[in-house]
Amino acid sequence: MAEFKLPKNSRITTGKTWPKPEGATNVRKFQIYRWNPDDGKNPRVDTYFLDMDKCGPMVLDALIKIKNEVDPTLSFRRSCREGICGSCSMNIDGINTLACIYGLDEIKGDVKIYPLPHMAVVKDLIPDLNHFYAQHASIMPWLETKTNRPAKEWKQSIEDRKKLDGLYECVMCASCSTSCPSYWWNSDRYLGPAALLHAYRWIIDSRDEATGERLGELEDPFKLYRCHTIMNCAKTCPKGLNPAKAIAEIKKMLVERHV
Amino acid sequence: MADAKRVERPLSPHLTIYRPQLTSISSILTRITGNAMIVTALLIVWWLAAAAAGPDYFAAVNGFATGFFGDVLFSLSLLGIWYHYLAGLRHLIYDAGRGLDIPTAEKLGWACIIGSVVLTVLTMIIV
Repeated sequence: MAEFKLPKNSRITTGKTWPKPEGATNVRKFQIYRWNPDDGKNPRVDTYFLDMDKCGPMVLDALIKIKNEVDPTLSFRRSCREGICGSCSMNIDGINTLACIYGLDEIKGDVKIYPLPHMAVVKDLIPDLNHFYAQHASIMPWLETKTNRPAKEWKQSIEDRKKLDGLYECVMCASCSTSCPSYWWNSDRYLGPAALLHAYRWIIDSRDEATGERLGELEDPFKLYRCHTIMNCAKTCPKGLNPAKAIAEIKKMLVERHV
Repeated sequence: MADAKRVERPLSPHLTIYRPQLTSISSILTRITGNAMIVTALLIVWWLAAAAAGPDYFAAVNGFATGFFGDVLFSLSLLGIWYHYLAGLRHLIYDAGRGLDIPTAEKLGWACIIGSVVLTVLTMIIV
């Protein structure tokens, strides 16, 4: 059931305001969600100030600058800094995206940063993604075949390969799933846009021979049909993919199985 | 791990921090108008029941239903019905796998909102 209010231990308190950089003329305010698992306190929002004349262009540059120069205790995931690893996904300025490819100039006013919404927080901007990954694993994200192995490789025509465009690019950053209100209220049973996009990626793979089983597995009031086409997933995807469309295609295939 | 104490992890904020999107607002409005129509239906039943109950009671209920308050209530219901109808059509389009790219989806969202207002005004002029 939808639980709109945050549990008691999750309500946000006012945090610390860190000092402004000295002698800076181009200062920007950052408000960042903090939670320390070791101090037994509620989460808080800390306020930082950065000299934008000495800061890189992306949100991740600002976070790294804060960690290096202001507050080394700030925790967040990051790796590739070019939008391919999917580590630095977080809620920036009210939408989920990758900090490394989201420009500070795309944000009006103060920069507000929270962890991905409606997730258990490990520390600061780091959400617990175990359940999300388990849901991905549950859709069998691999090629399932029954016929004998070909001598060389499983071949695919150029046209069939094209069907995977817009699907294979997903970097599993969880931005879409954690933007989805339906996933917020039902993530225990609803697979969410990311896992379903991956499910569709294997369903329409011409080389896969488990299409029927895959569709059968998804024919469930919760796993698939909690999608109400709210479209937050497609709107927020930092890679410009469209999970809503993929889910609609699965629904269509399920209808076609019955007619 | 043996001495690691179990920490209750907080839930990250969601509704309060996520920026409302045209697509999400137009989606939740479908549900809100749908539920509001149940209330309207009950009011209409009450009105009909009053007619069956006798002239005195009907006069009282009818006075409410056709008074200023009733007018506002039923005008809003009309808006709700039109919105719900248009959003239902949009859902049919979605179910056919069409209009799911963001620019089209947002156009459809505006079409539902503006369309329902226009249709409500038209209905009020005609009726």
